[in-house]
Amino acid sequence: MKTLLKAEHITQRFGGLVAVSDVSMEVGEHQIVGIIGPNGAGKTTFFNIITGLYTPTEGRVLFNDRDITGLKPYKVTDLGLARTFQNIRLFGDMTALENTMVGMHTRTGTTVLDAIFRTKKHHEEEKQCEEKAKEYLHQTGLYEYRYWLAKSLPYGLQRRLEIARAMASRPQILLLDEPAAGMNEQETADLMGFIEELQGMGYTITLIEHDMKLVMNVCEDIYVLDHGELIAHGAPSSIQSNPRVIEAYLGKEA
Amino acid sequence: MFFQQMINGLTIGSTYALVAIGFSMVFGVLELTNFANGSFYILGAYLTLTFMNAMRGNFYVAFAISIIGTGLVGALMDRLTLRPMRKKGAPGIAAVIATIGFSEIINNFALVFFGTETKPFPNIFKVGKIRLGGAIITYLQIIIFVVALVLMLVLSLMVYKTKVGKAMRATAQNTSAARLMGINVNHIITLTFFIGTLLAAVAGTLVAMYVESVSVGLASAISMKTFAAAVLGGVGSLPGAMVGGILLGLVETIVAGYISSGYRDAIAFIILILVLIFRPAGLFGQKTQAKV
Amino acid sequence: MKKKLVRAWARHERLVNLIALAVAVLYPLVFTSPYVMNIVIMGLIFSVLSISLNLITGYLGQVTLGHAAFYSIGAYVAAILATKFQWSFLATFVCAAAFSSLFGILLGLPTLRLSGNYLAIVTMAFGEITRLIELNWMSLTRGPMGIPAIPAPSLFGVELSTPRSKYYLILIVLILSIIVVHNIVNSRTGRTFLAIKGDSIAAEAMGINLFRYKLLCFSLSAMIAGVAGAFYAHYMSFIDPTSLSAGVSTRILSMTIMGGLGSIPGSIFGALTLTAVPELLRALSEAMLHWSDSLAPMARVLVESRQIVYGFILVVMVLVKSDGLLGGINLKYERQNMRMEEEAEKEAAEK
Repeated sequence: MKTLLKAEHITQRFGGLVAVSDVSMEVGEHQIVGIIGPNGAGKTTFFNIITGLYTPTEGRVLFNDRDITGLKPYKVTDLGLARTFQNIRLFGDMTALENTMVGMHTRTGTTVLDAIFRTKKHHEEEKQCEEKAKEYLHQTGLYEYRYWLAKSLPYGLQRRLEIARAMASRPQILLLDEPAAGMNEQETADLMGFIEELQGMGYTITLIEHDMKLVMNVCEDIYVLDHGELIAHGAPSSIQSNPRVIEAYLGKEA
Repeated sequence: MFFQQMINGLTIGSTYALVAIGFSMVFGVLELTNFANGSFYILGAYLTLTFMNAMRGNFYVAFAISIIGTGLVGALMDRLTLRPMRKKGAPGIAAVIATIGFSEIINNFALVFFGTETKPFPNIFKVGKIRLGGAIITYLQIIIFVVALVLMLVLSLMVYKTKVGKAMRATAQNTSAARLMGINVNHIITLTFFIGTLLAAVAGTLVAMYVESVSVGLASAISMKTFAAAVLGGVGSLPGAMVGGILLGLVETIVAGYISSGYRDAIAFIILILVLIFRPAGLFGQKTQAKV
Repeated sequence: MKKKLVRAWARHERLVNLIALAVAVLYPLVFTSPYVMNIVIMGLIFSVLSISLNLITGYLGQVTLGHAAFYSIGAYVAAILATKFQWSFLATFVCAAAFSSLFGILLGLPTLRLSGNYLAIVTMAFGEITRLIELNWMSLTRGPMGIPAIPAPSLFGVELSTPRSKYYLILIVLILSIIVVHNIVNSRTGRTFLAIKGDSIAAEAMGINLFRYKLLCFSLSAMIAGVAGAFYAHYMSFIDPTSLSAGVSTRILSMTIMGGLGSIPGSIFGALTLTAVPELLRALSEAMLHWSDSLAPMARVLVESRQIVYGFILVVMVLVKSDGLLGGINLKYERQNMRMEEEAEKEAAEK
């Protein structure tokens, strides 16, 4: 299996606070990898480092063997990593279709001059872009909502739209930050099925999640963070029986 | 010559510091860029002048009425426009636009009632001066500096030593937590506006007396200098605003003296840009990290 | 009621536009008062300015307070080239656009990485410094004396000296601005602007180079404002720093905000109304004077306070409807919704 993403000895300090401390991680092609840990364990910070929002104090991030540490987020997306956000960040006053079309930004190239003069390129690309975006909305079950403003969609669908928007950038890896947060049991079950479908479509997925059932069911490989440190790594079965994990995380949950 | 300019710069700088402190306090509790500061500054000067004329030259009473009156206008601005907007959860930019609107209203009211021309302002402290190694220090300069210094001291004591100050700092740090702790956040914010506006009025009056005139045209330049001083010191930091204001006054006076007085007001702009490019947190501010 | 009106507008948008165009074209043939014509021309100049500011404030979501700077740069460039170097109108026009755009980029380069609060401050300062330079660079701008005797616009050797021909010229400028902004907004670039306005962090995570697009938006907006300035210079034949900068930025901002953020018809509506209101106040005060001398003080206050209108508009609008009167009305969305509802009805009927 080919390694797509590799984080090596990542440490992130904010002033005196150590948010992430010496964490390494690997994601192989077509894998679903989970990152779990209690609140404040540094999971989102770790995501932010991978996607370029923060530059780590130490360590480096490799994507397809290319060093992407400290690259700007838009560059990272261009290279093939796309993410969703824990607290949904959609473009609320734009339709679902337009949100998805924005996702295709890096894969389209009409310039402002094409737009002003309505060139052939503009018309062709707009059409293609819309068709493609509709496809993503079909795949995520949002097609009938394509003309809804993102802010007026129900919560669960907003999460889906975030995924559709991320898919539209044609990433090699999808990074999902708590995709099941705020969902009820049924919605979570649907989401689980959907994530597996995504894997079937050829996506590689890394996700942060609180919902144990989801993580244990869909992830092949799990990393456990606590207080910024990696305390366990392995297959779901080994994580479930790991005493440190139970103490740090599962024990508190129960 | 140089020494004289240092003194002049220090005088004008201490008034910038006063306005900048008011600006920084408001920014601290609301994260709001108040564009009406320059307008409160001229309003203070005009009101003092008006009441002085009405009371046959009793400066002290006129001054007291003026600064409290202007302070109330500032508090009113918060009460009537900004508070309802906070309640609605309006975006921060809407509040900024409201302060611009207010500034426009005050400036134009001043134009209607006080006229477009520059008004002479009496200097009642024209009673003497001190010679100090070739430089001349007027009594008024000493008074301005002392008043500014005393106000800064009082404010610092208030913010860092009293219960109200504690409530202000708590509100600045985390509004919702402050509310949970039983602090009446709205009152604290209105009070902050009152104090910030009052400081602008004090500075406006002192400077009007210093340059023996006042005009509406000053408002936007003062707003800009306030921003420059606050940004230079680090927005939200009180010591920063003091140092920023005094530094700005010094640099401005010296550059105007040696290069060109026509571009005096441009110096604030240049400082502003340079600070924002090279040290956006200012001299005393802290770097902030975007939250996701 | 409102919904019905908006839907009717959405359904017949072309027709509405055609009627508006017909009214605009026929107006000077029917009404000939030079006083009113001057107000209308100023209204159209401000429509262009308001639309250009809308690009930054309405679509990109950034507040700038120095928009008059670009307007005045355009006016000065055109005036200087026309009077000192006898350049033709078309050449000064293009050059004014290029210069303003360049200044938009120069202002943007160091400042567009800053957060919203700082951007507002810096743009305001930029407006101030532009005014100071115009006031102090005597050899170039003649300072407070202003630049007189700027030739009237001429196209292909024909001088447009009548008010009517100038009116048609600014109308064409306005229509071109509308087309340009409309085309930008309804494109990949426009979606990018809206995404940045919606959520800049998410926009960057979707691969958008925030800085580059903000810079693009600034330079385009500055360019359009510069064109308005160039027209103003040739139209008035005299410019000075005061007429171009005092309160003009706030005036443009009130027009854009009152009309509607992200609405081109809104900008035009805002500009026309807010250009007319002070004039109406003036007319009202003259009528009062005519009626009775005892009303004189009130009449004076009325005339002098007309600038206050702009301040009140800003405060009232943000309190009552912060995205403006026509803000939030998107005819395209409206049509899409109507189509969806029709489809749903058809489906229901089939069942």
